[in-house]
Amino acid sequence: MPSIAKPVAIHPSLQKNVLGLTMRDYEGAMSTLCAGCGHDSVTAAIVRALWELATPPHMLAKMSGIGCSSKTPTYFVSGAHGFNSAHGRMAAIATGANAANRELTYIGISGDGDSLSIGLGHMCHAIRRNVKMLYIIENNGVYGLTKGQFSASADVGSKSKRGEPNRMAPIDPVALGLSLGATFIARSFSGDKEQLVPILKAGLAHRGFALVDVISPCVTFNDHVGSTKSYLHTRKHTRRVTESDFVPPATEILATIGQSGTTTVTMHDGSVVRFTGVPKDYDPTNRQRVTSYLQEHQGQGEVVTGLLYLDESVPDLHEMSNSPDQALSKVPYDKLCPGAAELAKLQEEYR
Amino acid sequence: MHQLLRTRVNDFAVKLANVNGTGSASANGLLMQAIFRMGIPVSGKNLFPSNIQGLPTWYEIRVNKDGHTARALDYDLIVAMNSQTYARDVREVREGGYILYDSSWPLDKSLIRDDVTYLGVPLAELCNDHFKEPRERILMKNIAYAGAMIAALDVDMEIVRQLLDEKYSSKKALRESNLRALSLGYDYAKKHFQCPLPFFLEKMDTTSDKILIDGNTATALGCVYAGATVAAWYPITPSTSVMDAFRGFCDQYRRDPETGKNNCLIIQAEDELSAIGMVIGAAWTGARSFTSTSGPGISLMGELLGLAYYAEIPAVVMDIQRVGPSTGMPTRTQQGDIMACAYASHGDTKHILLFPSNPAECFEFAVKSFDLAERFQTPVFMLSDLDIGMNDWVVPRLTWDDAYQPDRGRVLDLGQLEKLSKFLRYTNEDENHIASRTLPGVHSNGAFFTRGSGHNRLGAYTESPDEYQDVVERLLRKHKAAAKFVPAPVIQKRDRARIGIVTLGGCDPAVREAIDLLPQRGIEADFMRIRGFPFSEDVEAFLNEHDVNFIVEQNRDAQLRSLLVLETDVAKSKLRSILAFGGFPLSAKNVTDGILEQVGELTHAIDR
Repeated sequence: MPSIAKPVAIHPSLQKNVLGLTMRDYEGAMSTLCAGCGHDSVTAAIVRALWELATPPHMLAKMSGIGCSSKTPTYFVSGAHGFNSAHGRMAAIATGANAANRELTYIGISGDGDSLSIGLGHMCHAIRRNVKMLYIIENNGVYGLTKGQFSASADVGSKSKRGEPNRMAPIDPVALGLSLGATFIARSFSGDKEQLVPILKAGLAHRGFALVDVISPCVTFNDHVGSTKSYLHTRKHTRRVTESDFVPPATEILATIGQSGTTTVTMHDGSVVRFTGVPKDYDPTNRQRVTSYLQEHQGQGEVVTGLLYLDESVPDLHEMSNSPDQALSKVPYDKLCPGAAELAKLQEEYR
Repeated sequence: MHQLLRTRVNDFAVKLANVNGTGSASANGLLMQAIFRMGIPVSGKNLFPSNIQGLPTWYEIRVNKDGHTARALDYDLIVAMNSQTYARDVREVREGGYILYDSSWPLDKSLIRDDVTYLGVPLAELCNDHFKEPRERILMKNIAYAGAMIAALDVDMEIVRQLLDEKYSSKKALRESNLRALSLGYDYAKKHFQCPLPFFLEKMDTTSDKILIDGNTATALGCVYAGATVAAWYPITPSTSVMDAFRGFCDQYRRDPETGKNNCLIIQAEDELSAIGMVIGAAWTGARSFTSTSGPGISLMGELLGLAYYAEIPAVVMDIQRVGPSTGMPTRTQQGDIMACAYASHGDTKHILLFPSNPAECFEFAVKSFDLAERFQTPVFMLSDLDIGMNDWVVPRLTWDDAYQPDRGRVLDLGQLEKLSKFLRYTNEDENHIASRTLPGVHSNGAFFTRGSGHNRLGAYTESPDEYQDVVERLLRKHKAAAKFVPAPVIQKRDRARIGIVTLGGCDPAVREAIDLLPQRGIEADFMRIRGFPFSEDVEAFLNEHDVNFIVEQNRDAQLRSLLVLETDVAKSKLRSILAFGGFPLSAKNVTDGILEQVGELTHAIDR
């Protein structure tokens, strides 16, 4: 996520992952976002997560729609294919891409305009289909590229730069995800890389659709007093409710007990998400309990963050459709075409 | 009355007036199929309402030994089974024709015409006497009138029995009740009427090398044979049966015998915006993918069709046209999406269109759509319509060449990518102005950013006028190059004809019939059916060769003619329109009337 041009030379002391790649190999073009934009911090967290997971760059597909957030796939992993599509349509395009080639790792980067207004329907249905992808909403409550209109995630009473308060109820992607049956739901803050990186890694390992809502303040249009998506307000009201880390497959799990007990969830690929700190009355695998917990704390004005809900038991789009393990795009043509003799035979039914 | 009609063999039209949802479709289909099996050229047109139960619905059967099976407008026999539409149905039978009706109730005096013959069959009484269940009584009334028609028209009863055996091979009880109902009508007609009527059927041998199939089924079959693996769609009349059929064929042919997995993925999308998005996404990762839709879906897909055009991603759209604008008449046919598809999306866009005329071409062009979409890296539209898509047509048996290999276009493989230092998406164009593309997941050397925003030939973001124009001008050259690859027009010439009749799609049989009828009125005309856009040189040459060309199409605004005016150099004054757009399949009479009227006007103008 460099926001200044860095020298191309890679210092030999840079740490390498199991593929022999350094963090620099997971970077992309220079960011053209405003200095201090929360999105750049999210990009940095994605770079770290992918480097730590040692995802082969060419096996990654970076999907986005339109908006400030949707520009960010340019800023990471330049060795991966990217698709900067149309406003709100990323979830649909990613669903099709995944349908044709399930072997790739999909990261979708979206914003609150892209996901909660123009593309709300597509996101909801991608959740229902449990399309295997990491879906990040860089949520700042405001339209940046068109200069500061409220988005659908703006809280009631939150003030625009001009001082007008928003009066309409916000759409909360976490609450929405819970109600739609989303199987992986997290919220984080762009300024909290320590929390965000393991969440992203867990999301990438998830069996289906991993919804990550990241409060990512807009320094230009929504970082003033009176905004509920500013750095200051977010820092003050954020409550890290779950502490989790991500343990890749074949790694020894060291037993450390969190303040309030430990819950581990084994992911579909054998990796483990270990919750080292959750409140006593919190069970990240119980949808009803999570829903009421979040409602309660939201009522107190808290922005609850963490890996909030996780269910590894639900099949993804391909499992539901009984499609082959390999990419459909790679199925040889002779397996797809029934041939001339079969066509002749079939036509006896049309006599 | 019989004297009014001279005896005609294999040359008549029947109209059946029914109530939607009463099961008449199976009786009508049975008759149509039996005539087909008798080897006689036949067509069946279902004129149905946008409704599940209760509204009027009609089915028309036309039999013609010379092979003219476009919709007839003169009916020799009306089967009036719907009291709501009695008055109108009675009016439509030709002078000297016949009306078969349910005489369980007396016919209102206002419905009596003295120039037609009434064939009263007490269908309800007969069925009430012989069947117990109320639903069965309603259903069997249809089979009973089919029985009466079998007697009246001399349909081969053996063939009908055979058809019922095939249809109900595993449902013996249904077979029995169908046969019983059939006999009720048949016996009654034989006993009470002079059978056959003066127009009747005699076996021929014109259909042994043919099949009876609807266009949507054939389209779906084409998609299977083309190797499509991802299909995304949103339900919409009249295209739904494309995907229903595709699913059926995939169940049959795409279950991997070794793994038990499905070599296809069909996604019912949340809307058409999403459906086309999925198609584009799947093509981007390398699958052959398609959607099926109709006019309202095309409107919704506009945005992303422009993305696929500009970013150069293949996409196949099966547009089964219906009557627009807006919701229009969903169960009526039209060719109203020609312009919407040719220039779909904002900004400068031009797309490849294919115009099949019948189910056999639906099969062939469906395969062609994928080859063209992948070769030209662009959306391709196949414009079928409700008439082609949902009616059963008699067409030559479909054939397949096992040597066929899909044209996947210019896609760099691993070997090519390993040798490449830097991939630049929109460079290295071939003689058709097509650049090479790469798929994700092959090699990092092929990585690039696909974008719908302004880009230069390197694939990089740009706001530079020169760089932008460079790319979109190549897109225009690429589109023009496709003219040589779309199916050539079908042209049939006569000696010294100065008039050209030009048409497309399902107008084909009506226009051919009209061309055969016009010489009796002193008009010789050449025929051209356009099968693809961009237009080839042959299209333009034909138009130029004739003093005047009548463009026959089914929409109000002369969309094919407009496209010809815009996209060829032919003088506008050479192109005149014959339009029929009320929503029913075209009839030869629509064409001959229109041409005679306009030729009269032209001659009159010259005389002055």
